[in-house]
Amino acid sequence: MRLTLRVWRQTGPGEPGAMTEYQVSGIVPEMSFLEMLDVLNEELILRGEDPVAFDHDCREGICGACGMVINGQAHGPERTTTCQLHMREFGDGDTIDVEPWRAAAFPVVKDLVVDRSAFDRIIGAGGYITAPTGSAPDAHAVPVPKEAAETAFENAECIGCGACVAACPNGSAMLFTSAKVVHLNTLPQGAPERESRVLGMVGAMDAEGFGGCTNAGECATACPKGIPLPSIAAMNREYLRAARRAPR
Amino acid sequence: MTMALATRTASPSALRTLWGSTVGKKAVMATTGVLMLLYLVAHMLGNLKVFFGPDDLNGYAAWLRTLGQPVLHHEWFLWTARSVLLAAVVLHGVCAYQLSRRDIAARPTGYAHKRHRASYATRTMRWGGVILGLFIVWHILDLTTLTVNPRAQQGHPYENLVASFSTWYGGGVYIVAMLALCLHVHHGFWSAAQTLGANSARRDRALKITATVLAAALTIGFLSVPVAVMTGLVR
Ligand code: HEM
Ligand code: FES
Repeated sequence: MRLTLRVWRQTGPGEPGAMTEYQVSGIVPEMSFLEMLDVLNEELILRGEDPVAFDHDCREGICGACGMVINGQAHGPERTTTCQLHMREFGDGDTIDVEPWRAAAFPVVKDLVVDRSAFDRIIGAGGYITAPTGSAPDAHAVPVPKEAAETAFENAECIGCGACVAACPNGSAMLFTSAKVVHLNTLPQGAPERESRVLGMVGAMDAEGFGGCTNAGECATACPKGIPLPSIAAMNREYLRAARRAPR
Repeated sequence: MTMALATRTASPSALRTLWGSTVGKKAVMATTGVLMLLYLVAHMLGNLKVFFGPDDLNGYAAWLRTLGQPVLHHEWFLWTARSVLLAAVVLHGVCAYQLSRRDIAARPTGYAHKRHRASYATRTMRWGGVILGLFIVWHILDLTTLTVNPRAQQGHPYENLVASFSTWYGGGVYIVAMLALCLHVHHGFWSAAQTLGANSARRDRALKITATVLAAALTIGFLSVPVAVMTGLVR
């Protein structure tokens, strides 16, 4: 396959950037999108040019490091992570636009790499449980109703890639934050911090400059892990309950 | 301390928490939106009295002024309702404005590869809301204060609405506004359920269907009146 790529190139934080056109050839349908970028980068290095910077780590769809907007869609046309997206989704001769996540809270570090530490600070504001450390607790020491376990697990699948923010017309982090809140607030282990968790995490989310939710639903469509839109409703419910009970 | 916190109910600081957060402000928007929706259902049903003739509609309008008597004074019910609605529309608009500013600021650089995000109804909530806001002003000037309705007379709502809808602009403005309302409610009702935490995976479909039915019923109900006047069915 021969492809025309238009990639966002930016030398550093706050620097001006531009979509830059490249031709790549020798691409086979079995390659992942990141492998295709590796091919491009090898050529750029041989030509003495700066390779395209992009985040990646596991390359098996579980770490959430990779992430780019491909033809206007977070992680591209398939509902998966960019590392698990294969070139068979594209046709020979296609032109593909590749851009970084766009959000005020995710400043561009370089090219396609953005700073997602805002997510870490949201987690720091309550995305954990207070538990005695030491030996692992016995399995089933705390009974968890099956339905709660399933809801918690569904939301625990979030890998924090940030596709929800990138896809949202408002750059909102509601799907990410709700996945974390619902995961922990559904379980008995998360009950002691039920109110402070949701108040704290929503507070941190707002402080980072993410937009609000207009229930557009783009986040849940883009999420490679299928975090459902009703998780946002569940977090809203938790928030309104907590605001009533524990005013700060 | 813990006791005090646990037994304390809604306090000014809870309100401040809500007003200061995107989730809380959106809840204000959803609550005021639902309040206006309930009013609109009653308003639409009341309007249908036009099909029973002038005496029926005018009698109903007069009754709205005596409603609650003798406990309430003449028109007290009416003015209470008007105050609540005014507060609701102002709060709704202020929240919409503040949240929208925030949302736009959260994506300072757009994508070079453009693509429509979300459904038409969802994308038009802001401008549709502005159309509704302008319509509310026009509607009050047209049929309440009668300022822009030259052939109208205080106390004759039936004749006044026939006079308004007999002009091309009277009917036209109304029809455009009701189509905007249809879209706004279509997204707004389900959205409010989501915002207030009433949605869940199990209820999602039912809420979406209710939103569609509600939007269609309101629009058809409201539109039947100007259409009836313009086709000569109601004179
Ligand atoms: C007849 C009057 C109106 C009714 C019945 C109504 C109803 C609603 C409802 C139920 C919602 C959903 C709230 C939520 O999801 O939190 C909503 C949202 C909204 N309304 Fe209204 N509204 C009305 C007038 C207005 C006006 C005058 C404006 C403009 C100032 C406006 C702007 C908006 C906006 C921007 C949203 C948010 C849209 C979104 O989240 O995507 N509305 N409205
Ligand atoms: S590189 Fe780990 S999810 Fe893609």
